[in-house]
Amino acid sequence: MQEQWVEQTVYQRPESLSKNPTHYCPGCTHGLIHKLIGEVIDELAIRERTIAVAPVGCSVLLYNYFELDSAEAAHGRAPAMATGLKRVQPDKIVFTYQGDGDLASIGIAEIMWAAIRGENITTFFINNAIYGMTGGQMAPTSLPGQVTGSSPLGRDVEMTGMPIQMAEILAGLPGTTYAVRRSVHDIRTIKDAKKAIRTAFRVQMAGAGFSFIEFLSSCPTNWGLTPSRALDWIRQNMVPYYPLGDYKVADIVKELR
Amino acid sequence: MAKELLKGNVAIAEAAIRAGVQAYFGYPITPQTELLEHMSLRMPQLGRVFLQAESELAAINMVYGAASAGVRVMTSSSGPGFSLMQEGLSYIACSEVPVVLVDIMRGGPGLGNIQPTQADYNQLTKSAGHGDFRSIVLAPSTVQEAIDLTVLAFDLAEKYRTIVIVAGDGMIGQMMEPAELPAMHALRSARPDWALTGAKGRQKNVISSLRLNADNLEDVNKRLQAKINRIRAAEARYEQVLTDDAEILIVAFGTTARIAKTAIREARRQGIPAGLLRPITLFPFPNAPFKELSVGSQQAKGVKAILVVEMSAGQMVEDVQLAVQGRLPVRFYGRTGGAVPLPDEILDQILMLAHRMDEAPTSGESFAMAA
Repeated sequence: MQEQWVEQTVYQRPESLSKNPTHYCPGCTHGLIHKLIGEVIDELAIRERTIAVAPVGCSVLLYNYFELDSAEAAHGRAPAMATGLKRVQPDKIVFTYQGDGDLASIGIAEIMWAAIRGENITTFFINNAIYGMTGGQMAPTSLPGQVTGSSPLGRDVEMTGMPIQMAEILAGLPGTTYAVRRSVHDIRTIKDAKKAIRTAFRVQMAGAGFSFIEFLSSCPTNWGLTPSRALDWIRQNMVPYYPLGDYKVADIVKELR
Repeated sequence: MAKELLKGNVAIAEAAIRAGVQAYFGYPITPQTELLEHMSLRMPQLGRVFLQAESELAAINMVYGAASAGVRVMTSSSGPGFSLMQEGLSYIACSEVPVVLVDIMRGGPGLGNIQPTQADYNQLTKSAGHGDFRSIVLAPSTVQEAIDLTVLAFDLAEKYRTIVIVAGDGMIGQMMEPAELPAMHALRSARPDWALTGAKGRQKNVISSLRLNADNLEDVNKRLQAKINRIRAAEARYEQVLTDDAEILIVAFGTTARIAKTAIREARRQGIPAGLLRPITLFPFPNAPFKELSVGSQQAKGVKAILVVEMSAGQMVEDVQLAVQGRLPVRFYGRTGGAVPLPDEILDQILMLAHRMDEAPTSGESFAMAA
């Protein structure tokens, strides 16, 4: 008997992602997080009303990878720019995508105040414990003792203070509706990360306030590790200092689920 | 509409509202705060956006965001705050989104004081941020003109997709005068085709100032410079007062020009033919009237000397010198640090110039600051 072969699409590039190849280094998890965001935007059918605000840093070219109306903000100012975009068109979905230097160092005032105001935007924070684009200098999230281009003897916390824990800090602000930390170093954490992205957008779609996800992300190039060793490094070194979990889930978020 | 007694800052705010500003983002700073206060009451009443930002840095980036959405948007500040806005202005200039900004200048440098000055001239006209760009700079000298130029600012900003700065000073901002406000414009509902409104049924729009390739960025610069040249050719504005027979030509803008008018009246009473050329656009600087000046001499009628008066150590004077191209002596008189020149001080300078012209032709330039 002749066997019937039927072709069936089981996976395809999300409509929200562009066909452009990315400039990200091999093994960097920016691309993976882009993909998750693109999938969720498709699933929620919000592509045609979503506006992305790119940072300065490795993901500065984010607008080349998303099929979304996009703005490229000044270093650290994405939450302010997103505030302007959202306040004049509250029916749109506006998100910022920022690295650790952009958000937690030069842009600390802008992210704090977006959260304090309960700005109805979503922020994806990519914490890879290093300045990637400038070639591997110390970030506000670099771990104690971490060797970088500007801490060649290892981060001296006596001099620079301890790494900043943004999910915990923003969770402490009344304007924050949703603040969680996720990772993307294995299948389970990737699945959890995607669920959180969905929740964060749904918070915004409900007009429920500021939603924030911190992602632990790898930087094999500047950490000097292979892609798979870099994923191990997240699990072994970052997760203990930056525990994964939900830091603020306001009651209204539970109603959305 | 009838005239009403209006404070400069309030008049500018209300003029912007009537011109259809849809969003205002700002941070309090003296001497412009009444502008922000007026917005904080009126904008929500009208269902429009007002937000007091955490800093001028945030305010200008909120403006950048709202402008990227294609709505009429503005902010206002004074020197120290304006300096913080320079980062955003550079991005805005490169991205070519229309933005209106009001700078009510105060004494500097540094924290300075809250008295009037014109010492932001170079910052506003030459380089309101890093990289090559210019902004249109409008300098009102009365509350009425502040209203009219604010309305014009929005039209010019959209016409050229550029930054337009209304440059007042502490005097213009704080002074009350009778003035007439325009009628309320209808809010524009359509958005420009480049605006970030969500990529519905069209290709995505991107607002960015990043061009990694040198050739691409040079192309952007060429386009910006071509636009700036169109602005230079079409938008220079100025006022001339008693210039037909003037032998001494005073060049001053804003508050200083008003004071100069009083000095000129008194000089004429004393038989000295003085006149005023008042740039209304500081950028583009009005070069044409300087080219058209008839240069006088002991034999021929015409302008024999130029006196530039500013509330600064001498900034616009350099543009005057460039416009005059050495054909006439250019003398400068300035007050700084928030000091406002009295008519008599300017009159003294006119008398000194007139006296010297009687003795011998002046040559070169001389500069004077008040002792």
